[in-house]
Amino acid sequence: MSTVWTVLPYLAALALVGGTVWRWRYDKFGWTTRSSELYESRLLRLASPVFHYGILFVFVGHIVGLFVPDSWTSALGIGEHPYHLLSLYGGTAAGALTVLGIAVLLYRRRTNGPVFRATTANDKVMYLVLTAAIVLGMWAKLAHSSGNGYNYRLTIAPWLRSLFTFQPDTALMAGVPVLYQVHVVVGLVLLALVPYTRLIHIFSAPIHYLFRPYIVYRSRDVGRPGTRDDRRGWERVP
Amino acid sequence: MARNSAAPGRRVKAQIAMVMNLDKCIGCHTCSVTCKQTWTNRAGVEYVWFNNVETRPGQGYPRRWEDQRKLRGGWELNKRGRLKLTSGGRFKKLATIFANPVMPGIKDYYEPWTYDYRNLTNAPLGDDTPVARPRSLISGKPMKIEWSANWDDDLGGAPQYGECDPVVEKLHAQEARASVEEKIRFSFEQSFMFYLPRICEHCLNPSCVASCPSGAMYKRSEDGIVLVDQDRCRGWRMCVTGCPYKKVYFNHTTGKAEKCTMCYPRIEVGLPTVCSETCVGRLRYLGVVLYDQDRVLEAATTPDEQDLYEAQLGVLLDPEDPEVRRDAELAGIPYDWIEAARNSPVHALISRYRVALPLHPEYRTLPMVWYVPPLSPVVEALSETGHDGEDAGNLFGAIDSLRIPLDYLAELFTAGDTGPVRTALERLAAMRSHMRRINLGEESGAEDEDAARRVGMRPQEIEALYRLLAIAKYEERYVIPTAALGDADRLEESALPGGCSLDVEGGPGMGGSGPFGEESGPVAPASVENFHALRDRQTTDAPAGRHTAHRVNLLNWDGNGRPEGLFPKRKRASRDSEGERR
Repeated sequence: MSTVWTVLPYLAALALVGGTVWRWRYDKFGWTTRSSELYESRLLRLASPVFHYGILFVFVGHIVGLFVPDSWTSALGIGEHPYHLLSLYGGTAAGALTVLGIAVLLYRRRTNGPVFRATTANDKVMYLVLTAAIVLGMWAKLAHSSGNGYNYRLTIAPWLRSLFTFQPDTALMAGVPVLYQVHVVVGLVLLALVPYTRLIHIFSAPIHYLFRPYIVYRSRDVGRPGTRDDRRGWERVP
Repeated sequence: MARNSAAPGRRVKAQIAMVMNLDKCIGCHTCSVTCKQTWTNRAGVEYVWFNNVETRPGQGYPRRWEDQRKLRGGWELNKRGRLKLTSGGRFKKLATIFANPVMPGIKDYYEPWTYDYRNLTNAPLGDDTPVARPRSLISGKPMKIEWSANWDDDLGGAPQYGECDPVVEKLHAQEARASVEEKIRFSFEQSFMFYLPRICEHCLNPSCVASCPSGAMYKRSEDGIVLVDQDRCRGWRMCVTGCPYKKVYFNHTTGKAEKCTMCYPRIEVGLPTVCSETCVGRLRYLGVVLYDQDRVLEAATTPDEQDLYEAQLGVLLDPEDPEVRRDAELAGIPYDWIEAARNSPVHALISRYRVALPLHPEYRTLPMVWYVPPLSPVVEALSETGHDGEDAGNLFGAIDSLRIPLDYLAELFTAGDTGPVRTALERLAAMRSHMRRINLGEESGAEDEDAARRVGMRPQEIEALYRLLAIAKYEERYVIPTAALGDADRLEESALPGGCSLDVEGGPGMGGSGPFGEESGPVAPASVENFHALRDRQTTDAPAGRHTAHRVNLLNWDGNGRPEGLFPKRKRASRDSEGERR
């Protein structure tokens, strides 16, 4: 069992980083959100922002929960119980938004003919893993919420951080409740899937839009008809 | 290079622009069809027409695209008088990126369809004739066809739909305020119409480019063509909202934005766009205009909407001005482009004769596809009342009294200012009567001069305008410099100032092979190779070619001997020579 907590995270990281580099090099044209707003916009305009803002909060919550050590918040004078309450209510609110959002989005995707028709098998796998990760996360959180709840900051968080120093401490994961364990595994699978699905669009958050001039001028590429690099095996003869 | 006496802060840029003479458009849709066959006959863009022809008055395509209060395209001035995107600034764009709040849906364009043709041949024997039912290309289901890109062609359905034209709506609102009797009617006898072919405007201040969060859209600095980088587009769809002309489309299969490319592969080699080339009425003009990039923003910020036309004219530069030509040269615009700007029919129609007007300047994008307003509705209305529709006097009076076309055209071309439209129409009217007098052999004289002077032109100018608009020779309609000639000095490794041809790695002293043996390292430029070959020929006794370390260059060979590698080795496997070919 302990190999799961060493091999899987590194495989997922490899798939994530390697896959993203591969996609950047070979599939810039396919790198898109593949929006279905043209087909249906009423539900999308409600549910998509709800889901995305929700999952952004969830993401921030994960970063804080997993990468800010227990000792730091204790040093700031935040006790175990207040932290748990913040995590429980804040996390549940963000999680509820996310679940509500993805529920409406899934309903829309299934019931709207054109939207369903544009859904690929790849999308279906992605939705399955994404929904599973979200639902399992909510479930794990709420199932272990009594008292001070399950303190993952003493087990899962240090284990995750130990991965980054390449000294994985799998013993920490041994006593973690099963729901959390499953959530971690599904979460890792989701991370591994990012570069190979439409989830790749999370890496194109256009922050530089805030800083660039409005009108973009670009020179015609000289001597090369396209803007794209030649694909491997299809290079032009010099 | 120093710019000693250049006008302060003038950055000259060249732009490929188009003018369409609406008087000659017969609404045949050839431009739309050929454009579609060339660019958008693919899955995902079935509903997309980079070029479409609308009947005006009418709703257009997509439906009511001019209703910017709802669709929020283009620019507007904020309270401090500064330019801002109508659909919201940078922060609003990013905050609403998860679902574009005002993107038109597929029904606003139309739901594309095909027919169940298979049923015609595969249907079992029966009492009824099999039919090919329409089937949606979006949902794949049988559908009822209720709208398309041209549903209201030739005023079809105008009694029902005519009032939906945003321009008509606006005029009616104005009339109601001024309690004037309704001017635009859609009953058969009182209606008027003309065709409006539309492509991307390739604006000087493109709001689609400004709206793109990814920075995938750009304006080409050489020719001003606005393009989407398909590899950088991430499908946020903000450009679709940002463009007030709704000429950026979303490909629902690839998830990327697509738009009219001004047929840049054709333009680059000096050919007109497909829509222009195939135009039956020969009403399109293509050419270069020079403009001052530094004055674009200032012009777009002009406070009064009705001054935008003049402001944009001020941005365009006169290529006959030697100062402008020198500045253009300093800005790196090739000589043949500057010459093309002098011969540009577009420049002539826009700035010299002032008969072409921009489409909806009030969107503040400074569009670069301009239109010669149609005189025909006026001529026709006049002839129907029993007057001579081509007499200058009659026409001048009619242009004013027939307020229907004039107001309508002004709303399209000058943000409601009838002045420039009247001037353009009067010049067209003067041209008609002037040329008629010549054709009928009537004596010309003071009266002739007078008619010309009334519209601010000389008879020679009128005749030149006639030649351009009516004779419309192919070479005069399309004056397109090629990209290749402009690039020539960059392409050839010549001795032109700015780079010595021998200034490459290895240089003139080059010789021998790269660090990893024969053929390693970069390919030597031909001029360098020739330099060495010639030197070898002059200084060695052995047959040429022996000493050159690189591939055999036939120019090196003086006919003596048999240099290594000139012919393939006799008994070597063909695999080896395959490896050498590269």
